[in-house]
Amino acid sequence: MNSVLLNAFGEGSIKIQQVVTSWRESFEVAGAGLVDSKRTVPAYTQEMIQAFEELGPYMVIAPGIALAHGRPSESVIETGLSLVTLATPIEFGSESNDPVSLVIGLAAIDHDSHIDLMAALSELLMNEEKVTLLRNATKEAEVRSYLS
Amino acid sequence: MGIGTSVLLKMNAEKVLEAMGIQAEVVAADITKAKRDGIGADIILTTPELVVLLEGMPGKIIPIEHVFDLTEIRQKLSAALL
Repeated sequence: MNSVLLNAFGEGSIKIQQVVTSWRESFEVAGAGLVDSKRTVPAYTQEMIQAFEELGPYMVIAPGIALAHGRPSESVIETGLSLVTLATPIEFGSESNDPVSLVIGLAAIDHDSHIDLMAALSELLMNEEKVTLLRNATKEAEVRSYLS
Repeated sequence: MGIGTSVLLKMNAEKVLEAMGIQAEVVAADITKAKRDGIGADIILTTPELVVLLEGMPGKIIPIEHVFDLTEIRQKLSAALL
């Protein structure tokens, strides 16, 4: 389980205490994390933003947590995750889960092969103690220690 | 999009249904697939923002605010099923 999660966050995928002023900027950082770790090409970032524009803040899946993602597409090189913590929480327009301070970027090559990864991610994000530690982390090594 | 929220919701719904002793087939879908393949579904779990896009579906639509909140999922499924 844990190695599944650690492997999903490639080098460059973790961006901590980012200063952004809008959901869009936070998606751009999450997208950059996927690009930097060679999981997607830059077009995927726009696909994530477009999905949010079309369908709204449903991607804010729990208090303070957004799961940024698009569809499996040609812009995805390899399934992976990125993680962004925000220095100041941002309003996404979610009635029950604003403001957001943790954005997870998700890219998947298809609909099925990332299920183990989602199970591991779910286990992590259900752990409120770990989520608080993640949000407050000031070093990438610290974040990685909570992922394992 | 069918790869993120819906997958998490499916996994947690399956956990809750198993704990409740209820056998069910749970499928993750984006809006397009849900409207096409979800016609026969008894229950459609979604997030509050997407309810409006699913109106008119024959199944009972249940909005889940926190996809990791097994208590919320259980309460709402119990109310719908029991």
